[in-house]
Amino acid sequence: MSHLRLKVEFGGGLELLFSNQRKHLVTVPPVVPQGNEGEGPADINFLVHWLKDNLLKERPELFIEGGTVRPGILVLVNDTDWELEGEGDYELKEGDEIVFISTLHGG
Amino acid sequence: MAPKSCALCRNAKAILRRPKTGQQICKDCFFRVFETEVHNTITEARLFKQGDSVAIGASGGKDSTVLAYVMKTLNERYQYGLNLFLLSIDEGITGYRDDSLETVKRNQQQYDMPLKILSYHELYGWTMDRVVSTIGKKNNCTFCGVFRRQALDRGAATLGVDHIVTGHNADDIAETVLMNIMRGDIARLGRCTAICTQGEDTIRRSKPFKYAYEKEIVMYAYFKKLDYFSTECIYSPDAYRGHARAFLKDLEAARPSAIIDIIHSGEAFEVKDEVRATQKAQQTCIRCGYMSSNDLCKACSLLEGLERGMSTAAITDKGRRKLEAQGPAPDNLRTIPYFHPPNSTITNDSPEQPQVND
Ligand code: SF4
Ligand SMILES: [Zn+2]
Ligand SMILES: [Zn+2]
Repeated sequence: MSHLRLKVEFGGGLELLFSNQRKHLVTVPPVVPQGNEGEGPADINFLVHWLKDNLLKERPELFIEGGTVRPGILVLVNDTDWELEGEGDYELKEGDEIVFISTLHGG
Repeated sequence: MAPKSCALCRNAKAILRRPKTGQQICKDCFFRVFETEVHNTITEARLFKQGDSVAIGASGGKDSTVLAYVMKTLNERYQYGLNLFLLSIDEGITGYRDDSLETVKRNQQQYDMPLKILSYHELYGWTMDRVVSTIGKKNNCTFCGVFRRQALDRGAATLGVDHIVTGHNADDIAETVLMNIMRGDIARLGRCTAICTQGEDTIRRSKPFKYAYEKEIVMYAYFKKLDYFSTECIYSPDAYRGHARAFLKDLEAARPSAIIDIIHSGEAFEVKDEVRATQKAQQTCIRCGYMSSNDLCKACSLLEGLERGMSTAAITDKGRRKLEAQGPAPDNLRTIPYFHPPNSTITNDSPEQPQVND
């Protein structure tokens, strides 16, 4: 199976942790190891770890907490609130656009 | 997962789950309910009357940018008859405020509103950069907060406005309630939830976003593609507040209604008379004419400490004794220009009084 190509965007100050660049094109494997249960489809929680390991430049604690994004970070999947899409369990598809926006930065 | 349809119009695809209600709604319904709720907050609290001049405290950040956009929209849609202004305070923080002020200047063009920028430098003779290089990163937010409050009032007085609106949202207010509980500051607890205050000054201040969740403000800015600035101040904000904020976000993740519940708890605290009695009567500062509960207002005290090289003079008792031991303030001390409040007849009327003829 070929890799999934995704568009990832950071906003609300999160881009500062990712080389101060808002938009990134990334490719991730479609099937990934999942704990002791063997393998499973790549989901957003996998993407969050992947981004931490491959793109994040500083202060991971501002992005990731307890295996998913830190509370206060909004996530959109193809311009829809991830809360309507299964949150971290959403299974990534080719061409998906995933947006992460921090609400924690100054008003 | 199959796309869900909107709980309100049952037509379009839902794009957002509302933290307040759990409802799943589409983009157009989201814009409509968000704006309508702010309108309801404004009319239920009778914040404005026809012909009022209102300054929007604009920092270039998400909340005040969305507030400026929504105030403009509602003013036109419901014919509030308000004259709207943008008022920005330039604290003088290189790499932070100078960039965010560029955003405010773009907002001025985009929203077609007059903009007034007032700097700490012109008002106090000190930028925050210089304050921090003098006193370090301790207490800097105390200076900055006191200076900002007075600067906003003075900027508003120059614009001749009756009213300042700020972008404080439900999450901010819940956070302040928690902070006041943790500090044991019961007198402030009820007051900090008030939608409109007329505290140390004669200019009304209110928070039209009091019931608006931060999540919805950020989503609104995202879907409307509003231009805002989001960088943390380089002089590390209050770490204690940061903990309160993180704690609140954890609570909200577990149960979104926590935000509104905390605000309601704050509102339910009735401040007993004896607590209130310890809040001193208001007078005007003998040096600059600004409202004050002592001879000198807080800004004048802080400024004198800075000018005389004893920055803790207005913060600790020890610092004040040291300053007093050095004798009275020298004649050539830098002071703040004299303040002439907009409605110079200060009466004892309750804050609701100006609403009578609406
Ligand atoms: S974090 Fe402190 S110093 Fe920076 S703008 Fe806010 S109050 Fe001022
Ligand atoms: Zn709808
Ligand atoms: Zn004064």
